Amino acid sequence: MRSGVDWRLLLFSWIALPAALVGALLVGAVMMAAFGADPINGYRALVQGAFGSSYALGATAVKAAPLLLVAVGICIAFRANVFNIGGEGQIAMGGLASAATALAFPNLPSVILIPLVLLAGAAGGAAWGAIPGAFKAYFNVNEILSTIMLNLVAVQLMNFLLAGPMVDKSAFSTGGLIPETRLLSPNSWLPILVPGTQLHLGVLVAVIVAFAVYFLLWRTSFGFRIRAVGLSIPAATYAGMPVKRTVTLAMTLSGAMCGLAGALLVFGSLSHRLVTDGSLTGFTGSAGFNGIVVALFGGLNPIYAIVSAFLFGGLVVGGNSLQVATGVPSDLVTTLIGLAVVFIVSLEYLRHRARSRALALAHVAPAGAGTPGTPPATLVDGGSA
Amino acid sequence: MNATIPAEPTDRTDAPLLEMRGITKRFAGVVANDGVDFDVQAGEVHSLFGENGAGKSTLMRVLYGFHRPDAGEIRMHGSPVTIGSPADAIRHGIGMIHQHFMLVNTLSVADNVALGLPSSRGPLTDPGRVSERIRELSETYHLRVDPNAVVWQLSVGERQRVEILKALYRNVALLILDEPTAVLTPQEVDDLIAVLRQMAQDGKGLVFISHKVREVLGLSTRITVLRHGHRVGTLPASAATRDILVEMMVGHALAPERAAVATGEALSDAAIVGLTPAAGQAPPAPAVATTPPRLVVRDLTVPGDRGTDAVRGLGLEVRGGEIVGIAGVSGNGQRELAEAISGVRRSTSGSIVLDGTELTGANPARARAVGLGYVPEERTRDGVVADFSVAENLLLVDSTAPAFSRLGFLRGREIRRHCQSLVEAFDIRTPSLDTPTRTLSGGNIQKLIMARELSREPRVLLVAQPTRGIDVAAARYIHERLREQRARGTAVLIVSEDLDEVMSLADRILVMYEGSVIGEARPDASTRAEIGLMMAGIRPDAANAAAAARATT
Repeated sequence: MRSGVDWRLLLFSWIALPAALVGALLVGAVMMAAFGADPINGYRALVQGAFGSSYALGATAVKAAPLLLVAVGICIAFRANVFNIGGEGQIAMGGLASAATALAFPNLPSVILIPLVLLAGAAGGAAWGAIPGAFKAYFNVNEILSTIMLNLVAVQLMNFLLAGPMVDKSAFSTGGLIPETRLLSPNSWLPILVPGTQLHLGVLVAVIVAFAVYFLLWRTSFGFRIRAVGLSIPAATYAGMPVKRTVTLAMTLSGAMCGLAGALLVFGSLSHRLVTDGSLTGFTGSAGFNGIVVALFGGLNPIYAIVSAFLFGGLVVGGNSLQVATGVPSDLVTTLIGLAVVFIVSLEYLRHRARSRALALAHVAPAGAGTPGTPPATLVDGGSA
Repeated sequence: MNATIPAEPTDRTDAPLLEMRGITKRFAGVVANDGVDFDVQAGEVHSLFGENGAGKSTLMRVLYGFHRPDAGEIRMHGSPVTIGSPADAIRHGIGMIHQHFMLVNTLSVADNVALGLPSSRGPLTDPGRVSERIRELSETYHLRVDPNAVVWQLSVGERQRVEILKALYRNVALLILDEPTAVLTPQEVDDLIAVLRQMAQDGKGLVFISHKVREVLGLSTRITVLRHGHRVGTLPASAATRDILVEMMVGHALAPERAAVATGEALSDAAIVGLTPAAGQAPPAPAVATTPPRLVVRDLTVPGDRGTDAVRGLGLEVRGGEIVGIAGVSGNGQRELAEAISGVRRSTSGSIVLDGTELTGANPARARAVGLGYVPEERTRDGVVADFSVAENLLLVDSTAPAFSRLGFLRGREIRRHCQSLVEAFDIRTPSLDTPTRTLSGGNIQKLIMARELSREPRVLLVAQPTRGIDVAAARYIHERLREQRARGTAVLIVSEDLDEVMSLADRILVMYEGSVIGEARPDASTRAEIGLMMAGIRPDAANAAAAARATT
């Protein structure tokens, strides 16, 4: 009796994401037309700019790598049912820690220095993730608030370090110092994998990490615990799992992924410096927030996140070509990403409703007259018909 | 029994309150209801009796607007009505109390009752007036509920009273109760029956769905028996006996013991309020008195959710090879006791010792490591991760055991082999190991938890509410497994609000009242009445005197 509903559920889960993307692109087309540009032309330029040549593909991959690492970190945290909104701060801390390491040991050979700066980045992010994780686990502090606030702390710390201790004192601009480090040791630069493109080692690292985290979540007992704790704290408690430690570790690991993304942003950049403009997004390019979208778009699965990170990287890179070809501001791409989020959330809502209906029809109907707002919490245990 | 219910409905009109004619409902080829006729007069309790799957609930869901009938007609007060949704049903004055309560756990009783109704003060709420009306209704119907209590703090019995209050507050003409006694203790059942009688006296029509003969006989004005979606017949309660009903239900006469099982009665016939002595079906207890106790609890005090001590200086012992049953009215500290033994809840004083190992203050992982098997009361919330697959839930407590993980990596092949063998050994009905656990029936989820806990070969097995809300076949299976554990020498402690279950399973019964053991009974030497009195807080010596007094009058 549920076959019809199941079919609809299946449809929703398979078409929801492509439909969200198509919906966003359609609305984007209308906006381009409003700017007086030809949408077909615009989108052709966007696709061309993002995926049309080996150079474009390389640029897209380089843009995608930090997004992917953040998304993978978000997957870990969200699977533990912790909402890590602190990717921005964790990226910044990772960038600072890795840059400081490169500044401290400029003469180490590449084979040692590159792994070292990547680990330092991960460690910096991990520390910045462990704090809200432990606060949530042991003191029940809302992680959404604490991670957002730690973002603010991170940006101030970054501004301070790039105004004093870590600033490039050799480069004076008019009246003051530029908030950037000096050129980092070439031994720490991420090597280019394909000549003639920007494709660097960090892209490979990000993809390997994504597979490793997938493996961690579904093939290790630690990942098993993370998922159990994320889905049901009572059941995990009864099963004897160390719930608090697991939540803390999941957030630490999530922060480590974001910190690694920060290291990639420093050592995979064209300038090979840590540069900021006083705001947080100046360094991160909002990767800490866009990574959440990438993770959700990839269904909180690190392997699907590889595809969705590449797609979003392409949107960002192609946006510049779009601007060149049509004169439409590349900010349109930001709007497209926002629209995609709106469509995903809406479709997710419809899917949820279809599922609740399916459960309600199969077991107990939605709350009676008096209680239209009753959450369907009691619907899970199928009664005898 | 029937003397309190008027033989004739009080405000009789020509047309009955409700008439259902020729209701047919099919699901994907299965006929759940086949031309069923059913009617309810104002002022009567009309019971629907039949096995699981006989079509009782389907018929009532048609009436309440969850299902559209494929054929048939519904009339209220003689005029045809179309009920396409629960909202329609409510508009026609129909209320329904489900097995799973429809309450908002984080709101107060008063808020739950008023939810969805227009306020007397327009856009503003009027909590004072709501509470006052609830108090009036509570008093009229002896429904003890504090309007200001928050729902999550309430016991199952109290939550059901809130549901009834909701219906009364909405002034329903017809109230459907779907197996309302399945979750209640004997005392709570008696209270409920009194409330329902009074509602009938006030002229409301009641539909009572049950497969417990004793309750149906004790409460009903009329009884309709369904079998395989057909109406077998309708008869006045005065003309019904247990044997007639059971025969109608199963289609042929049963041997007495089987009849008792089929109707959920582990006890003797027609023990309506439990004043007849038990037949004593419990098997003779093995000679265990000489073995040292495996689980020893001393002077245990455990705080409850509401800040007061739920368990107060409780002591008990369980030996290997015996089943000890804890009986009691819900909310007397049973849940907190089980949680303290399993390590989920901290005790404030006293000790818990398992086979000589101190467990006081241990966490659940340590309790398990020492040899405790634990089946929690809230199986879908605590016993399994509902969104995990069957295999993942079978692994839940063993994910770091060397047999299933090496250096932190899960050993997929060993795990699947282990899970497959458990699914087969415990007859867990699931399409595959990867099926989400939430789609299994309650009985199969309970078998899954039992499989997981028993596969660890526990030395002490603690099972809370072993068969609450699960079907008869699965319940019988679980009872067999518990007896098997006793035969293997495991110390088994069950906590159950189903006195019949405790009496049929346990070698010794400890009755809990207000956080401590008020008395001990043996199922072969005590009656339901004696245990019932203890559950009501009357100490055994006093209980004996009272029982004797009753016997002589």
